[in-house]
Formats: sequence, structure tokens, C-alpha cells
Amino acid sequence: MNLTTTYLGLKLRTPLVAAASPLSEEIDNIKRMEDAGASAVVLYSLFEEQLRMDRAELVRHLEQGTESFAEALTYFPEPESFHLGPEEYLHHIAKAKKATRIPIIASLNCSSTGSWTKYAHQIEQTGADALELNIYYIPTDCTLSAAKVEQTYLDILKAVKAEVKIPVAVKLSPFFSNFAYMAKRLDEAGADGLVLFNRFYQPDIDLEALEVKPNILLSTPMAMRLPLRWIAILYLRLNASLAATSGLHRATDVLKTLMAGADATMLCSVLIRHGVQQISTIEREMVAWMEEHEYESVTQLKGSLSQKNCADPATFERAQYMRAISNYPLPSINR
Amino acid sequence: MNMNTRPKLTLDANEGVAHVAYRLNEVMAIYPITPSSPMAEFCDQWASEGKKNLWGTIPSIVELQSEGGAVGAVHGMLQTGSMATTFTASQGLLLMIPNMFKIAGELLPTVFHVTARAVATHALSIFGDHSDIMAMRATGWAMLGSASVQEAPDFALIAQAATLRSRIPFVHFFDGFRTSHEVQKIEMLTEADLRALIDDQLLAENRTRAMSPDHPVLRGTAQNPDAFFQAREACNPFYAACPDIVQQAMDDFAKQVGRAYKLFEYFGAPDAEHVVVLMGSGCEAAHETVDYLNARGAKLGLVKVRLYRPFDSKRFVEALPRSVKTIAVLDRTKEPGAAGEPLYQDCVAAILEGMANRWGNLKWLPKVVGGRYGLSSKEFTPAMVKAVFDNLAAEKPKTHFTVGINDDVFHSSLPLDHNFSTEPDDVIRALFYGLGADGTVGANKNSIKIIGEGTENFAQGYFVYDSKKSGSMTVSHLRFGPKPIRSTYLISRANFVACHLPMFLEKFDMVKPLVPGGTFLLNTPYSKDEIWSKLPTPVQESFIAKKAKFYVIDATKVARESGMGGRINTIMQVCFFALSGVLPRDKAIESIKYSIKKTYGKKGEEVVAMNLKAVDNTLEHLHEVPVTQRVNGSGDLLPPISLDAPMFVKDVLGRLTAGEGDELPVSAFPVDGTFPTGTAQYEKRNLALDIPVWDEKICIQCLKCVAICPHATIRAKIYEPAALANAPKSFKSADSRNPEFKGWKFTLQVAAEDCTGCSLCVDVCPARNKTEAKLKAINMRPQAPLRLPERDNWNFFLVLPEMDRRKIKTTQLRQQQLLRPLFEFSGACAGCGETPYLKMLSQLFGDRAIIANATGCSSIYGGNLPTTPYAKNAEGRGPAWCNSLFEDNAEFGLGFRVSIDKQKEFATELVKQLAPQLGDDLVNGIVNADQSDEAGIYEQRERVTALKGKLSKFNSPEATLLLGLADQLVKKSVWIVGGDGWAYDIGYGGLDHVLASGRNVNVLVLDTEVYSNTGGQMSKSTPRGAVAKFAAGGKAMGKKDLGLIAMTYGHIYVASVALGAKDEQALKAFVEAESYAGPSLIIAYSHCIAHGIAVDMGVGARQQKLAVDSGQWLLYRFDPRRTERGENPLQLDSLAAKAKIQDFLLSENRFKMLTKSKPDSAKQLFAQAQVDSDRRWKFYQYLSGRDLKTNGNGQAAPQPAATVDQQP
Repeated sequence: MNLTTTYLGLKLRTPLVAAASPLSEEIDNIKRMEDAGASAVVLYSLFEEQLRMDRAELVRHLEQGTESFAEALTYFPEPESFHLGPEEYLHHIAKAKKATRIPIIASLNCSSTGSWTKYAHQIEQTGADALELNIYYIPTDCTLSAAKVEQTYLDILKAVKAEVKIPVAVKLSPFFSNFAYMAKRLDEAGADGLVLFNRFYQPDIDLEALEVKPNILLSTPMAMRLPLRWIAILYLRLNASLAATSGLHRATDVLKTLMAGADATMLCSVLIRHGVQQISTIEREMVAWMEEHEYESVTQLKGSLSQKNCADPATFERAQYMRAISNYPLPSINR
Repeated sequence: MNMNTRPKLTLDANEGVAHVAYRLNEVMAIYPITPSSPMAEFCDQWASEGKKNLWGTIPSIVELQSEGGAVGAVHGMLQTGSMATTFTASQGLLLMIPNMFKIAGELLPTVFHVTARAVATHALSIFGDHSDIMAMRATGWAMLGSASVQEAPDFALIAQAATLRSRIPFVHFFDGFRTSHEVQKIEMLTEADLRALIDDQLLAENRTRAMSPDHPVLRGTAQNPDAFFQAREACNPFYAACPDIVQQAMDDFAKQVGRAYKLFEYFGAPDAEHVVVLMGSGCEAAHETVDYLNARGAKLGLVKVRLYRPFDSKRFVEALPRSVKTIAVLDRTKEPGAAGEPLYQDCVAAILEGMANRWGNLKWLPKVVGGRYGLSSKEFTPAMVKAVFDNLAAEKPKTHFTVGINDDVFHSSLPLDHNFSTEPDDVIRALFYGLGADGTVGANKNSIKIIGEGTENFAQGYFVYDSKKSGSMTVSHLRFGPKPIRSTYLISRANFVACHLPMFLEKFDMVKPLVPGGTFLLNTPYSKDEIWSKLPTPVQESFIAKKAKFYVIDATKVARESGMGGRINTIMQVCFFALSGVLPRDKAIESIKYSIKKTYGKKGEEVVAMNLKAVDNTLEHLHEVPVTQRVNGSGDLLPPISLDAPMFVKDVLGRLTAGEGDELPVSAFPVDGTFPTGTAQYEKRNLALDIPVWDEKICIQCLKCVAICPHATIRAKIYEPAALANAPKSFKSADSRNPEFKGWKFTLQVAAEDCTGCSLCVDVCPARNKTEAKLKAINMRPQAPLRLPERDNWNFFLVLPEMDRRKIKTTQLRQQQLLRPLFEFSGACAGCGETPYLKMLSQLFGDRAIIANATGCSSIYGGNLPTTPYAKNAEGRGPAWCNSLFEDNAEFGLGFRVSIDKQKEFATELVKQLAPQLGDDLVNGIVNADQSDEAGIYEQRERVTALKGKLSKFNSPEATLLLGLADQLVKKSVWIVGGDGWAYDIGYGGLDHVLASGRNVNVLVLDTEVYSNTGGQMSKSTPRGAVAKFAAGGKAMGKKDLGLIAMTYGHIYVASVALGAKDEQALKAFVEAESYAGPSLIIAYSHCIAHGIAVDMGVGARQQKLAVDSGQWLLYRFDPRRTERGENPLQLDSLAAKAKIQDFLLSENRFKMLTKSKPDSAKQLFAQAQVDSDRRWKFYQYLSGRDLKTNGNGQAAPQPAATVDQQP
């Protein structure tokens, strides 16, 4: 069975890629992902804001209460140097590269334009095979127009592309007025790939404490419907590769997104919930299904049920929503 | 060697000495004690960074459980041939004395570096004098004293050279704080300098003498009368040779380095008639004064004593000029009852011996007088030196005098000319009044570095801190000048004064030290046009009289706009340079920017950027205010203490508060160190910018806020509605929600002027506003507009009737917290995690508590003058409190118990003897009283009152005896309180013994998991992975389980509590512990500033909860009474962990910073911490789940191993 695929210009053994998650904080896990059959690993994100906060917090705590009481002029020893910048992350990339033979894709989230390019450059220097821009951003300013928000994405991408030669993917949320337009513009701005979609921390309300508490819920297979649709719509309309992420839990989910047109399928929640081993299970079941249904390769599958290639392209558009509702068996009130 | 190649650094003596000690030793055994701790901290830090010593290896450093332990370890290190050292002071040095006799007796070369500090007598003092080193002068150690920051590292090297050459161990001492913490520009010694003085051949010879099974010997024998004496005298040749050896080392040092020293060094006129002899930092002030007076025609001299032991009498006499007629020997110590202080006695003996032997040039026997000065870092100024010389010139010089105080009792003191000053005009003198932790001191240290290292100027900095840990004032004394600065005393005439916190100007007379025409800089929110009329009237008057130049800046605003929060340090530093002219402005700013990059570079670019921004933003906001002739100020300075305070509080403690303590005469003070309690209430420190404001409509009256308040400034009362009759208009109340007090009123009241604004209360408040959930039942609001109305409300609240203690259910927090705290308004840090426990103790048992308090944070906020938080109730009862030492606190408390129990037993015997006169009812009532609850105690007090009434009418010896003992018939609650440094380390042996004794004592361990008071050194309570001083690389070993160890005895009540996590569990533990008739141990988790949490922003309780939720801290109670009932004695009050240990660890800087300094170690230690926690939980679950009715094999369980030894 030929499972190979090309994502961001990288030739991958299979479309099964480990998505950015805390699992990749451990080199051992990355090795286990490779052993389980991951064709590439996206590392956890380097968050510039986190680095800044950590630095500010460290300074505050090292200074708090100092030089005010004669017996305790300080409360902590102060080492000659701290690991406060991205060094640790860069070091991690290097270690991951050394430990594995599969492509290692770094992930970056910054809060200022200068930092995007600076860190992207450093990441490239360290030997990452590609870079995923995790432009994690929730605009809340009522006076900020959609156009400006979109321009920010494009500016970041262009700046990073100008700085590095390694392929650059953009991981996106679906929250754009016209996602297809946005995808097209990113494609034109030079994105080597789009990763659909990012899942945000969502706030929740604690009824007892009357407090708002952010938390992340692992995805359920339902979540894959959103990337499935957009990948199907964008298939063959862009030069950029397409990766699906969110809700890919089973071999069937992977097969479906491939049929919609994904070049790579990224696994996250399923690995956190069931362990890294699940990659090999999914691959095995995928192969079994393909054999059973007499497919020869992933290439053959890819896009076969995209909007362009499916029998009823309108199904992927808004109209089908109405039909779906009208076809849905309504629950009996008495049931 | 070319002197120019030696780096000139600006640092204090501790750091200078540590540099030498680190490079000249292979092993160190350390233990923290102020003011020596920084030396050990530097060494530990350097070792963790892998710095090497002179021989190219990293010294091994081990922290011990006490100074007694440290010196024992050093003894072992020396016996096995290593170059070993330790650092200590005061009580620490005293604990080393037994081993020091041994080390000297065995001629083991070593140098101990001692920051000379007062020994606790009538009171503890952390400050400098020679009472500690004088206490060890019989040990046989050589004693070499340095007098200045430059001399300290020089003498550290000379001592090391001399000990190797002489085999006699050395104490190298320098004055605590005055030298140890004074910052000066000094010349550092290079590796070549050290090599030139230290002979590796001697090192090798020392190794050949080491104990080794390869060439075994026997040491430490016991000797009998036939041998001991002669053997003791055998060392004499070594002592005889020692002075020459030291002088030779000094001469070698001079040859190598260029600075020449003598054992006894004479300065002054060759034909001086009056000579002063002294040692330590006072030499510098004396030197300055002699130079000054001689330049004006006087003929005075000074002998600086460098080598105090062995005392080379001949050299001393030879140092004296031929012309000398009178000599004053000054001692910085007091030996009550002695013929004179030690140095004086030595000098007298030497002179007599010298005359007999015709040593030196003495023509006649000079008159020698002795005097005391400078105890506990009391100022020693040129005026005092002059007073000593004036005394020498008198016809009948006073002897055994004191100088620097007004002794109106024994009339020992010399009169002073307060206007005398030797300060030269070419020295710029600057004073900075800062708020503790606002960065003022750090910025000033930085300024000294800039000037010291960037110009040819000499620079000096000395910093005076507050005894309070919250809202404290720091005063920085800075001098800059073209010549070496010998002024080892505070600045009293400043060219430049800066006030960094506007509020201080309302309280302290800061213009007093300003010279005429001097510059005054004020940080204020008022503009240059508004400020004049806002100044206190006396400040305006002083400005006018002194023709001061007055500048203002809103540094707080500039800091905020530059992203610096409340840190105004950089801004005020720029202002200082701009106004003082000590450097050209551009050069100064360039230097500040360079040093910002150097200081903050490793902490991230943002910190550098905002500091640079602050520098750039400063000058445009700095404005001169014309000093007009119009006096229209805001009124007088605020009184330091409430005007309604009792006389002693106002006249003595109040003047200490106002910073005028030096002016108080001897007669003002108690003769035995006894002070009244309940005095903190008069300070009204007005520290809080925001205070909690009660929303009575939202409040559910749970009183969690009252329980957690570290300063007892938020309180509740339930009272009958009629009591509200004269309430102030803004006084709030609500209907009591407590079913047992239905129809009564409830008030939650804040002491606005005592609150520190930590907001812990708001953080723990569980009640939320229904329509705006961010609001709680208490919310922080600006204090200033509330100050006056809340003052009235508080005063009214205080007169509302207290609840009858008999009616309160003490195990319900919402009722128990109605009890009046008898621990209030302490000087603890804002948001302190320890004090809520003490407050709870005081509420529950304060009226019958006697407290033994180990030295540490709790003894400082509990008993550091001027005021004390321990208070009295309306009947005048309250905790009686005393601190003995750090190491003996459990034993001290046991002493209370044994003594009180005996007195009660004796009183009971007397009551029975007097039964015929007293009547059976009263006697039976007293003897058989059940005092297990408040009602029982109340009734017993009534009986004792009746008893005393009757006794006063009897006229028998028994009645008189009983009258003095009768109060002991009422239950007394003995509490032994201290921190983890005491309980886990230095006092553990005693604690173990006292707990094992079975006596009815209650031990409260305020467990901050670190030596908080001395600045965060590791204790055995420090958890694995925590970064602390002496564990700079993260503590590798796990926390000692003190509770488990105590539980193994079986008869000890043990509880592990965390008030912030589960308040009622803590409350139950206190009630159970006290009610238990045997020993009790409460280990109380106390969040702390040393944990690296925003303790002043109210997160403490949240951290406690997270500690418990993650399994980092277990809650349990082990009650031996349950064993007696056949139940499992251990109740596990924690639930299984809801969070990972790492979630907790990463929320506190003490752990998190390890991920930034040593990420690999952090990963490993954090993983191990989770394993520790899982194991601990399983083990405790097993212990608490055991069915005691069987032994696990289905057979009947054995009887309890121990029963409580019931005491009378």
C-alpha cells in the first residue's frame, strides 16, 4: 500500500502527522511517535507571550521584598544566567532532530511582528524542517475591522516568508467572514500550507464559585466536520498544501479528510487520550480499509470526494444545511 | 606587582571576604545567621555555578542544622586535612565555642570569618559589637580584626597565611553591619596575591598531619591529672611565635599588594599626650577625628588593635608614643561586674608589664581609663571620639565611662558636643528615604558602583533598614569624595536629601539633616505649582530657613508609564545624578543605561527596555519648586504614635518609632528587658493604599476573611441591636445570620489605619454579588477618603461589647472568629502566612497562654521594638511572651510547663491545708475543677478570686504563699512557637526530647519550608526541587516528615494544617491540641514571601489550597485519645490529589525558577516530587485506614504502645 503524501513540499511516509500538543515537550514522546508511525511531528508552540510573562514574573519575584529588612536583603539566590528566551525551545528542536529521522515542524506564536521574524529565523537556523505559524489571536476590539485583522495575518506571513527559506504553514481558526477568500490571500502571500483548524481555549463558568474558568476540552470526532468541509471546498483551488486537524480520532476520520482533499492529517486529542501508540492503530485500520476497498494509494484517495470531485458539490455549501435539517428525523416529543 | 592591574570593585565586606575565603578553602560547613549569612550565600552560589578555588577545584559546601553542627563538621574537615571554613556571628559563634577549644587545642589551621554582633542579653540584637568575639577569647584562637571594607578581604588573606604558618586557628572578625554591609570601592586581591601569601608546602605539611588509616594516630584522648596540665602547656611556643608570624604575613602582604599593616598600628602626632586604643570599625571614625583635630593643632594619637589574640603586650607598648600621658581604651562590649572591659584589661596589664620590663619608649606610667561605646551598632561619631579625648585632657578623666548615650542613672556617660563635625567639604553626602522594596537601596548601591568604578572618586554606602517587614522605611547614606572615606557613621549633614515616598515627609523630619543651601528632592503626585501648600508647615519653615533648593517629580507616574509598576528606583537615581552634579549629566545617564543593561540583561529584554524608557522619561518630569517665603503648610508632622497611648508608650516607644531613640536616656528603659504588651495598636501606620470595604448585603457572615487576616485588622462582632444607639453615621451592620444569635446585629469592621492592604481577605471571600460577580462581600477601595470615617467606626466597633466566651462554639469558624484576637497589627509582611495561626491561637487561648518563641520571623514581628502585637483583653489578660534563643525554644517552653505545674501542685496542696479556714465547698470546687471548656475556666477564675479575697484576710505563712500562687490554679496553656528552621533543624533535638517527655505542651511550627527571617535559606523542611539559598541548584532531597516522626511515639497529638486550604480543620487541630493533656504538635503550612508568590496581593490562601489539592501538603490529625478508644488515631483530612504536583510547583517562583536556571534538574526533581507525593499519600492512606481492632492477621490488636503521662 502506498501511503506517501507530500505536505509543504516534504515527502511523508503517510499522511499521519502528530499535531502540536504538549506531548511533544518530551523527546521520548517524539521518538515514540516516530516509532508508532508518525510521518512528521509538529512541536508544541513557542509562545512569545509566555516567555515575556515568565520573564516579568521572575523579575517581580526576585525583587519582591528585597532590600527592605536587614536580615533578609534578598530571598533567592540569583544564578549568573537564566534560560528565559527561546533557547530552550531551539535546543528542543535540535534534540528532536537528532533523535528522529522524520521531519520536525516547529510551531510559533508571537505577539509582536519583530519577534515573529526573529524567532522564525532562529528556528530555521536550528534545523527545523518547516515552520507552522500559530497565529493565535482573538480580536475583541469593536472598532477593529475584519480587513485589518486579515491584513495582520498576511503581514506576519509575508514577514516570516521573507526571513526564512523553510516551508511555512499557517494554522488558522475558521472565524473569518469569508474563509475561502482568506485562504486564497494567504496562499497568494506565499503560505506553503494551511492547517485547518486551530482550537482555542474556551472559557467556562463555574456555577458554584461564580467564576469564569478557561479550560480546554479534548476534541470529539464531531469536530472533524469543520475541517472536512473547508478542505473539500479548497481542494485544488490553492497552491498551498492542506492539513486537517481537529476531531481526527479514527482511521475513518483520516480517510474521510483525505478524500476531502487533505495532504496531511494531524492527530492531537486522540494521542493525548489514548496514547501515542494510537498512530499505528489508525494506520493499520486505514490500510485494512483501503485494502478491503481496493485502494492502492493515498494519492488515489486524495480529494476523491472534494467539492470538485463529489457527485453533489452543493452539499458542501450552505444550501445543504437546510436539507440536512429537513431530512433529520425529529425526535418525538413523547420519546 | 602593578597595583593598577587589580580590579577595583564596589561591594560590602561580606562579599569581599567571601571572595577570599572561597578561593582559599576546599570545604565549608555553613549555617545562616545575620549579619554573616551573605558570605555563606555567596560561596554556596559560586559553588553551584562551578567556580573554582585557588587550586582549581570547586569547594564542597554543606549546610548544617546549627552552628554547633557546622563547627563540628569543620572540626572533622580539619582533622582530615582540608582547608575548611565557616562564617558566623553572635549566638552562632557562642555555639561554636566548645569545638573551638578543641580545634585550637589540636593546632588545626583554619580561619572563621565572623561579623561581630551583639550577644542577646536583656534583648536580642542583630547589630554589631564585640560581645560575641569577646566571649570566645579564652578558646585559644588567634583573633584578627579588620576595621574597614578594604581591610576585611586583606585580613582574610593575612589570617589564612598566618594560620597555615602558625598552625593556630584564626577568627577574622569585622563589625556586623557597619563593616559587613557597608559598601565601599575597594581594591580586590588577585589570584597572584593569594598565591604569593599562601605556601602550598605548608598545605602539604598540613595534609601529612591529617587523620588517615594509612598512617593512623589517636587524637581526642582523655587525660588525667598526671598529664593534662603539662600537655596543655606544650602549645606555648606556637602562641609565642604567632604575633611575629602575623606581622610577617602582613609584611609579605605589603610587599605584594602595597598596603602595610601592623599588629598595633599607631596614627597621629608623634608627640601625642592623649591616645585612644580600640579595634574594629570605630578605628576609622577615630582616625578621621584625630587627623582633623591634629590638623587644627591638637596632639592626639590612636592605636588600632589588629591582632587581639595572641595579645602581643610588648608590641602594644612599643606602639605607644613616648609622650603619652593618658590613654583611653575603648571596648565595644560590656562585661557587667568585670574590673573593666576585656581590651582595657589587656592594655592595663600590658602597660604594667611593659613598665616593669622597660619595653618601648614609655617615660612614665600613663593613666589608663576604659570606656564602652557602640553597643549593637550604636553610632560612634567624631563627636564621641572628641568627647573621649576631652575626657583624657580633663584633670581627673572619668573611667569605665560610656560614650554615645545619655546615662542619667549611673552617670557613666561623657558629655558630647553635638555640633562637632569632621565631614570635609569635598565629600558629597546624600540621604535617601525609600519605602522597603521600592528599589531605592538597590539603585543607590548601583549609583555607588557607577561613581566608584566609573570615576576616580571614592564612594561609600550604608543602609539603615526598618524592624518592620511591611511598609518599612529604608534610609540610604551615600558619600562620594576624592579621598578614602573613613566616616564609619551615619550622615547627619547632607548636601542632598531625597524622599521617595511622600507619606514619609508627613511623619519624619527629613529636612533636619539638610545643610544650608542643600538640595531636597521629593517624589510626589502634586505638580510643582501645587506642592508648596501641601507640605507640612515645619518642612516649609525649614526650607525657607535653609534656603534649600527644592525639586519634585511624580516618579510613580513616570514609572507606571514606563511599564515599571511601583519601582521608582531608576527614575529617582536619574534625578539624583541630574541634581547632585557628582558626574556630568550625560555621562551619568550613559552609565546608568550601561548598568541597567548589565544588571537586567539576564532577566530579559523587556525589563531592560522599560528601565531605559524610565531613564529617558525622567528629566522632563523633574521640576524645581521655588522656595517662597510664604508659610501656608498642611500643619504639623503626624505624631508617631496615637496621642491617647499610655505615657510609657508615647514617651519611650513613640520616640523609638519617630527615629529619636538615640536621644532617650538610660532611665527611660526597663532594667531587665520587660515591656508592656498591647502596644502595636498605637502605631497607626496607615500603610494601605486600598483597604477592604464591607458590603453587608452580600456577606454570608462566614468570617473566613477574619480568620485569614494576617494583621487582625478585619474583625467581626455580634451584639444586641441596642448597642448601635450611638453608632457613627457610616457605621454598618446587618442582621446576624447565625441562628443562635437571631435578632442580634452583625458587623464586619476594618481597622483602616492598621490594615496593610494585602487583600487576602478579599481573595478568600466566598460570597459574590448576584448581579456583578466580580464584586464580593468585601472589596478593595482607596484608603485615603475612608481614613477618617473608618477611624470613628473602628473606635466605635472596639467599644461594642465582646461576646461572652462561654457562648461561642469554638470549633465553628463563624463563631470562633468572633473571639477577640490578642495578637494584632504586627510588623509581619503584608499577606503573611504565619500570623493567622498566631491570631487564632490568641483568640482561643490568649487569655491563659504563655508563649516560648524561637528566634525567627515570629520573634521579630512578635517582639522587635518599638511595639508588640501581643495584646490584652478587657480584664487585662493576654499572652505572656518571651524569646530565649533559636536553638532551645522547646526546652524553654518545657521549663514553663514544669514550673507552672509545680506551682499549681503546690497551690493545690496549700488549698487543701487551708481547707478548714477556706471551707470545703470552695476547696473542693478548686481542687476538682473541670477546666476543659471556657465555662469551667470562667468558674475556676471566679473561685480563685473568692480564694484570694479570703486569703487576704488570713495572716498565716501558708496564706501568703498561696496568695502568690493562686492564679496558677487556673488552667495555663503553654505554647512553644517557632519556624521550621527551629523545629526541623537547630531545635529539633530539644523538640524531640520535649515531645517525648509527655508533658502538656503545645508546639506550633509555622512551617514556611525555609529560613524566612534570614532571607530564604534551605531547611530540612524545604521541599524537593525548591530553590533556596544554600540550595541554589534546587533542593535535591525530600522534605523531612516531622509529623510522621512525632507520630511514631504514639503519645503525641500531631496535626498538619493549612488554614488557607481548610480553615475548620486547622481550627479543630488547635482546639484538640490544647485540650489534649500530653504534648501536641501542630505543623502549620505558612505561605511566605520567600516562596516567590505575590504574597502582598492576597494569593497566599489560594497557594495553600493548591498545595493541598495537589498533594504537596497533607492535612491530618493524629489524636492518641482515639487509640485509647480503640479507633485509628490518624484521621486523614486531605482528599486524594485533584491536581498534579507540577501544577503547584510551577505556581511558585521557588520551584519555577529552577526551570529557568537548571531546566534539566527541574524536570528530574519535579518528577521525583510527584513520586514523593504519590508515595506519601498511599502511606498515609494506609496508616489512617488500618483497622485497629485487629492486627491485620485477624487477631486482636495489641494494646496501645504508649499512654499519656498525666501531669498534675
